[in-house]
Amino acid sequence: MKICVLMKQVPDKDAALKINATGLGIDTSDLTFVTNESDSYALEEALLLKEAHGGEVVVCTLGADSSLQVVKDALSKGADRGLFLRDDAFDNLDILSLSKVFAAALKDENLDLIFSGLQSDDVGNGQLGLLIAEHLNTSHASLVMETEMVGDSVIKAKRELESGWFQWTELDFPASLTIQSGINTPRYASLRGIMMMKKKTIDTKSAEDLGLNLTPQTSTTKMYIPEKTKETVYVDGTTDEIVSKLVDIFANDIKVL
Amino acid sequence: MKILVYIQRDGDSIGRNSIEALAGAQKFAAELSGEVMAVCLDSSLTEKLTGYNISEVITVSHDGLNTYSPLHFTAAMEQVIADVSANVVVFGHTYQVRDWAPRLSARLNAPFISDCVDADGSTGLTGIRQVYQGKINTNISAEGLVLMSFQSGAFRADSVETGSAAARTMDVDLSSVPATIRPGERFKESKGGVDLTRAEVVVSVGRGIGKEENIPLVKDLKESLGAELGSSRPVVDYGWLPHERQIGSSGQVVTPKMYLAVGISGAIQHQVGMKGSDNIVAINKDPNAPIFEIADYGVVADLFEILPKLSQSIKDYKS
Repeated sequence: MKICVLMKQVPDKDAALKINATGLGIDTSDLTFVTNESDSYALEEALLLKEAHGGEVVVCTLGADSSLQVVKDALSKGADRGLFLRDDAFDNLDILSLSKVFAAALKDENLDLIFSGLQSDDVGNGQLGLLIAEHLNTSHASLVMETEMVGDSVIKAKRELESGWFQWTELDFPASLTIQSGINTPRYASLRGIMMMKKKTIDTKSAEDLGLNLTPQTSTTKMYIPEKTKETVYVDGTTDEIVSKLVDIFANDIKVL
Repeated sequence: MKILVYIQRDGDSIGRNSIEALAGAQKFAAELSGEVMAVCLDSSLTEKLTGYNISEVITVSHDGLNTYSPLHFTAAMEQVIADVSANVVVFGHTYQVRDWAPRLSARLNAPFISDCVDADGSTGLTGIRQVYQGKINTNISAEGLVLMSFQSGAFRADSVETGSAAARTMDVDLSSVPATIRPGERFKESKGGVDLTRAEVVVSVGRGIGKEENIPLVKDLKESLGAELGSSRPVVDYGWLPHERQIGSSGQVVTPKMYLAVGISGAIQHQVGMKGSDNIVAINKDPNAPIFEIADYGVVADLFEILPKLSQSIKDYKS
């Protein structure tokens, strides 16, 4: 079984963000970057399947040079090989165009499964795994909460629906699954894993390597800090003052005491 | 400009997100001198739809569409879009739509501007999306055919214009759709789970609580208020509280008299589940947390200092 896990480096959730000079992106100079949360769960699910059924886990990312860290971390946790899609030409591509880069890079890998986090914590399109499924003509399931192999070439995925509903879906290989956070407990890299990582292969591919010449299919016309839609009453002061003001608001304004 | 709205069924009625999307489509059609059409893959909704201000209601009825199947829905919509020569296809941003609209986007080579909170119809149709966990907004436009989905609450369902629409049925050919995806029956997991939707006061806890050992601080507060306990997704993912406490797009949607958010940053997925509350009170140490954008009352402070004293003061007040 050959599984590819798509992973992305994103700004830390607690990072304070500023719009950059172009007005169309964020200032990344002082940001701390981390692996996208749901992607870590996707990697863990792939490693668990590999341990139970054998096979190979390839980890693939696309991004700036710093994104290589995501691949290295995944290799340290037990992924077998890295694929790094790196080209300045990818910088301004929208998700549909980016999905074509991934499809071009993965089409000859003979993958059985493609796992990705259900959405990124930065732009949050929540589309990549499904776009690739269509390009590569695979089956798919989104918002996956649990997986179970059925024989050698079918996987069952428990999907999360709205309002507490769930559904099991059977998927023929090859299949692309977008993984929900919370599905497992992602492991930490062991010291041995970190040592082994250094001997593993990471292939870097550019647009030219992939025979691609893509232009964005959407344009970002504006990026801005949203205006507040509500007038918020800020309660401030010392801790004791805040507490007494809150009790007063609960009792006399909202009337829940 | 032809705007085609996808109508999703919810039980026996039209899904609320679909009505909201329809209201949005009507608004942009007016601004852009366009025309609104609606499509449903289910004949039970046709009559209801003809009561709205829509130029044409298209009903697709096919055995392959009786239950949700992503490949069948994608193939059917591909044929409808070609038939009506739509310029924009509008969806409510539901979990079902998330599961097949991206496929449609790739098949049609038409960008999908997903999960918009609004759109600007002043010069063409520009989708407005929240990015970076709701901290930043971005405007996205595209040339040619475009798909757009709108988050719950982006438009008001009660602003939808009524009227009388022509209806027609359309046949689709689904004979070449492969059976590689086989969805099973839907089911609910927790029997006798907690119903947070009836609570008058909800105290809800997020990632800011730091660790499982700190959860009792919030439990004390909810007991002093006689409230129900809710949580954001990470707290459930970490196993600190059970899923039945989760509020948001994948949990329950609540509209209590007071929603007290403790250590919750307020990502879009959480806001969907609580922004209709009468009064939102947020305690968070990060002044830039998106929760403050929708809070009626905000406290920028360390919850570990506030909570113990607040619980005690409420108890004192009540006695």
